[in-house]
Amino acid sequence: MKNTRPKLAVWKFASCDGCQLSLLDCEDELLAVAGAIEIAMFPEASSAMVEGPYDVSLVEGSITTPHDAERIHEVRAQSGTLITIGACATAGGIQALRNFADVEEFTRAVYASPEYIDTLGQSTPIADHVQVDFELRGCPIDKGQLLEVLSAFLNRRKPRIPSHSVCVECKRRGTVCVMVAQGSACLGPVTHAGCGALCPTYDRACFGCFGPTERANSASLTEWWRRELGVPEPDVGRAYHTFNTWAEPFRSAGDTKDTQR
Amino acid sequence: MSERRTIKVDYLARVEGEGALDVLIENGIVQDVKLKIFEPPRFFEAFLRGRSYSEAPDITARICGICPVAYQMSAVHAMEDACGVRVDGPLRALRRLLYCGEWIESHALHVYMLHAPDFLGRHSVVELAKDHPEVVERGLRLKKAGNAIVALLGGREIHPINVRVGGFYKIPPSDEFDALARQLEIALEDAHATLSWVTTFDFPDFEVDYEFVALRHPDEYPFNEGRIVSSHGVDIAAQDYHEHFEEVHVEHSTALHCRLKDRGFYHVGPLARYALNSDKLSPGAKQAATRAGLDHVCTNPFRSIVVRAVETIHACEEALRVLANLERPDRPYVDVPVRAATGYGATEAPRGLLHHTYRIGADGSIESARIIPPTSQNQATIEDDLRRFVAPRIALPDDQLQWQCEQAVRNYDPCISCSTHFLKLNVVRR
Repeated sequence: MKNTRPKLAVWKFASCDGCQLSLLDCEDELLAVAGAIEIAMFPEASSAMVEGPYDVSLVEGSITTPHDAERIHEVRAQSGTLITIGACATAGGIQALRNFADVEEFTRAVYASPEYIDTLGQSTPIADHVQVDFELRGCPIDKGQLLEVLSAFLNRRKPRIPSHSVCVECKRRGTVCVMVAQGSACLGPVTHAGCGALCPTYDRACFGCFGPTERANSASLTEWWRRELGVPEPDVGRAYHTFNTWAEPFRSAGDTKDTQR
Repeated sequence: MSERRTIKVDYLARVEGEGALDVLIENGIVQDVKLKIFEPPRFFEAFLRGRSYSEAPDITARICGICPVAYQMSAVHAMEDACGVRVDGPLRALRRLLYCGEWIESHALHVYMLHAPDFLGRHSVVELAKDHPEVVERGLRLKKAGNAIVALLGGREIHPINVRVGGFYKIPPSDEFDALARQLEIALEDAHATLSWVTTFDFPDFEVDYEFVALRHPDEYPFNEGRIVSSHGVDIAAQDYHEHFEEVHVEHSTALHCRLKDRGFYHVGPLARYALNSDKLSPGAKQAATRAGLDHVCTNPFRSIVVRAVETIHACEEALRVLANLERPDRPYVDVPVRAATGYGATEAPRGLLHHTYRIGADGSIESARIIPPTSQNQATIEDDLRRFVAPRIALPDDQLQWQCEQAVRNYDPCISCSTHFLKLNVVRR
């Protein structure tokens, strides 16, 4: 039986490690997952590194260096199914804020010896470089959704990951709308579901961790914020430009002239 | 004829982030030790400029998925310092509770999943579970209890959403705190069992006379505040950090290392906190430390796993104490009126001192940011440990020496993703 288990690999590019940690945060399910799947390559959790090819690869992080732009092709070549996990891998992450700036100036601002820094001008999602079979969103991903994607893979079915907006999740939970009731500038109407509408249940406006939902009408939302809530222009730009800043339509919606230096 | 041996680890496992290790031995002498970091730079301090002061906790959390609470806590304290606001009473207590959650979760992760396999000759916790399922289940249960605190008070385990400058967005309902207390009673038992377990491990004979640096507070084991003190006489406020510490470009390694001015490298993390604060541990943790055979100071970095277990007991007891005395604050946060100023925040991340400095304008926009994570402070110390450790063990076969060297790096629970201060070194990858 043992040798017939599918082989899993977990890869890291530019990221905070939080999305791969989600797998270790599945305290109740981790050992069951390890029983059903051979965790063949997961350097953060194991010093045993089994060689490829792998049936499924989870890829965390964005592409930000020339070396990583090559390495992702090696990962793709060794992977049957390639699933990206989290905002960095699916949208370029918060480090994609450099895409609107001068990366050389950024380097000088942070590092004493900029000549040692080998970095690309842009932080880009994995799908800009190789074919991706499934993108799981979130900053961080939801561990329940991660388990759903893995079991869907094991059972050769399509993952049940809803693509509606956070607003639908609020309605389902019966959470009072923070934009209507409190006048908060909420990104819920244009943000992909997945968190369970967490922020509004904590009396806070959604700030877009899961990135744009399908057919997000950010132009309409922005207009509402400006006209009805009087949100200043720089705040509009900053709201769209966080963890999913490089994903359209957040990218253009937030690219107001005041927001980036 | 000269004999040259290189111990190379191209990809360090069971650390958070991407690193490698090179040890060069020539004619029986350790010539060079390099802890290489190839974590790509992410430029947090650059893109924080122009953001609002209120965004710092959410943005800096993304530096590290393992200890986001630490980043959020250092950020909010620095912003409140800039604005001249002090958050006290029940809100301060709830911040301690949140930090306890992160310590329990992060220490349990390191003790069971990253470090213990080294002592038991296993590659991973999954391998460990094959022979000792009940031990691993206990570790997972303990980790889950820490995560339960963060999930309740922070909204979720990784990158919590409920922390804001001035306090929280919402205080969760009281009955949910009651359920948490019941879970923590079990966690406390698990933490004691964890300590008993790790004291049975074999520890290499290795002591180093470190300069320990940690926060110290008059009344409590440090989480969120205190003076920055050292075992060699430093005693300063967080505001004076940059006068005493510096980041320098060291010739031999091309990496930025933190050092005490005119003195050199130092050690932050559980061993340092314990050495400087063991008198402030909770009663149960204090007794447990004595039973575990710890003196007031522990200078063997391999025994940091024991100190982590003691700190986990402390964090469970402290969390229970906070919960037992919990008063609901009148409001979930205090107002923080912005002003043009520079603010400093230093808190104790699970891996050690985490220092933030921000200059903000009158409109609250960030003009400059500096973040000094624990692992960049420990990097030079880790390399020095390896130099000292390898020298008397040169006779060991390569594979054994390599295993022990990796273990010596993992003593520090290095979090390489907190990489804002690491430079890329000359890296060879296969």
